[in-house]
Amino acid sequence: MGNVPNAVKHCLSYENLMGESFRLPSSFQEKKWPEVHKFPDFVKIVEVGPRDGLQNEKEMVPTEIKIQLIDMLSQTGLSVIEATSFVSSKWVMQMADHNEVLTGINKSPHVRYPVLTPNIQGFQAAVEAGAAEVAVFGSASETFSRKNINCSVEESMHRFEQVICAARQACIPVRGYVSCALGCPYEGQVHPAQVTKVAKRLHELGCYEVSLGDTTGMGTAGSMAAMLRAVMAEVPIHALAVHCHDTYGQALANILTALQMGVSVVDSSVAGLGGCPYAEGASGNVSTEDVVYMLHGLGIQTGVDLAKVIEAGDFICRALKRPTNSKVSQATSRSQPSFNMCE
Amino acid sequence: MAAGLVRMVCGSFGPGPGPRGVALSSSTAAVAKAVSLSGLKPLPEKVKIVEVGPRDGLQNEKTIVPADVKIRLIDMLSEAGLPVIEATSFVSPKWVPQMADQEEVMRGIHRKPGVSYPVLTPNLKGYRAAVKAGAMEVAIFGAASELFSKRNINCSVEESLQRFEEVMSAAREEKVPVRGYVSCVLGCPYEGSVSPSRVAEVAQRLYSMGCYEVSLGDTVGVGTPGSMAAMLEAVMREVPVHALAVHCHDTYGQALANILVALQNGVSVIDASVAGLGGCPYAQGASGNVATEDVVYMLHGLSIHTGVDLPKLMDAGSYICRSLNRRTSSKVAQASCKL
Repeated sequence: MGNVPNAVKHCLSYENLMGESFRLPSSFQEKKWPEVHKFPDFVKIVEVGPRDGLQNEKEMVPTEIKIQLIDMLSQTGLSVIEATSFVSSKWVMQMADHNEVLTGINKSPHVRYPVLTPNIQGFQAAVEAGAAEVAVFGSASETFSRKNINCSVEESMHRFEQVICAARQACIPVRGYVSCALGCPYEGQVHPAQVTKVAKRLHELGCYEVSLGDTTGMGTAGSMAAMLRAVMAEVPIHALAVHCHDTYGQALANILTALQMGVSVVDSSVAGLGGCPYAEGASGNVSTEDVVYMLHGLGIQTGVDLAKVIEAGDFICRALKRPTNSKVSQATSRSQPSFNMCE
Repeated sequence: MAAGLVRMVCGSFGPGPGPRGVALSSSTAAVAKAVSLSGLKPLPEKVKIVEVGPRDGLQNEKTIVPADVKIRLIDMLSEAGLPVIEATSFVSPKWVPQMADQEEVMRGIHRKPGVSYPVLTPNLKGYRAAVKAGAMEVAIFGAASELFSKRNINCSVEESLQRFEEVMSAAREEKVPVRGYVSCVLGCPYEGSVSPSRVAEVAQRLYSMGCYEVSLGDTVGVGTPGSMAAMLEAVMREVPVHALAVHCHDTYGQALANILVALQNGVSVIDASVAGLGGCPYAQGASGNVATEDVVYMLHGLSIHTGVDLPKLMDAGSYICRSLNRRTSSKVAQASCKL
């Protein structure tokens, strides 16, 4: 998430993570599940593979491959596909071709293609290249903000305010992200109040939606519930999304928790593109295929054609010469042809 | 609404034959959505983890592991605080060569006080051999799918239950506790979907036969929180929840979400396999058992007590993966980053 250099960063050892930093706030000690809403009838999937996914892949991907990936994803029924990032190419080389990608894709009328814009310069370049929606990235952790984008959380909010003002004038919707919502690779535990503060600020500044990101994937159903309970007290639930990383295998359980609490927007990445920059060799984004499989199994509509997402995932994995991180894709490509549960 | 769901769910895959047609029936999905949220209880304070790596895990690994490695693994798992460790299987070595060293393993392990070491016994002959080798708890495996039973153990579900009656009788006389397993509770590689009522029937038979606990196995990992909730609702009408366990496979990445729903429905016994040992025999190269490390990580994050020391568990996982010359399937283990 955000402008993350490729190098593995200093991170807490798992001994730290397994220790005290994982005690839940006392309000959760009684172990009653938080107030549960009906499952949403429909969940909007925000596909972040072409941006967040590819940005965290070591292999440089040619522009035409990125374009083809996005075009394939546009045919799957996904309604939001994060296309690229207007950051300086000296920070994120993978996104250096942002203009070509945004102008080269075949934009479907049923799909929105938000792009990242960390500051006003990025925003202006994005608009010039035809962007009709943008996204800004805040952090719930002060240390992460400084290490990731070289400024404090407060300073980043000033930058975003400029972007949001300009976007409002141009009638361009802005989505906000909050990194480190369930933990920080530098600070460890992040208090739900810190997440609430940043989420509320982004929403009040004018973000139509705020995506709460478990940047290190260390969150669990317990910390997800505690964090959401705090944020939902200040930001309306229809304006919230979750962006879960599967670094510790917890993503689907965390997403399920969010759904049970009424969240109906889930970010994910085709083929689980995008490793974790904080734990070399570990996985990052949750796979869109696995999320959609779960949602469909719950009878929740997504509008997404899972077989087509799997195809898009296969395509990009062949291009990247790496296996998919999606378990659904791994399982279905190798199962016996007769295994078909469809009635 | 039901028809709409069918169109939506089945429309996500081609309805025809092909390797990627997987979907739930609309009625199951509708029921699942309703029940998933209706019966949520407070989460259990304690969960018992049943470690199946040395048996179910290794049995499904291609590399044959020598007895001393198995013994060392089990001893490390005992030190990690696991209360139940499925040690081996008394099936004929011609069917399962990995378990040919069953007696040597049983005799070689250091039995930690307070820890159970159940073994699989598919029939009376296996049971007798197990007890002779020192087994103090055994397990029997039924299936909720007729075809699976025939293809897996060469007999119908009813015939298998009759075989188990013999084991139960002997075990009862000798006061040896018996754990029952039901395979294919959320889907079958041959039959496709499996009705919750059929699962309930088999579970009830095992329980009333005398199994102190019945572990419900999502053998091919196709289950989702929806189908898990629907199945548990049916089974819990016949078997008390304290006698139920879930044995989830992570073949489709759904295991932890399915386990969470099981916990929310009152289940407090979870089967898992260190390092996620044991691939899926029905989808080559795909994963199988859920990794114990990942389960424990989730449970501890929910402040649920397991008694397991996660770093020691991870050491056991590293050890067996080195011996097998394979990468761990546990994401927690993959992510662990030492300074």
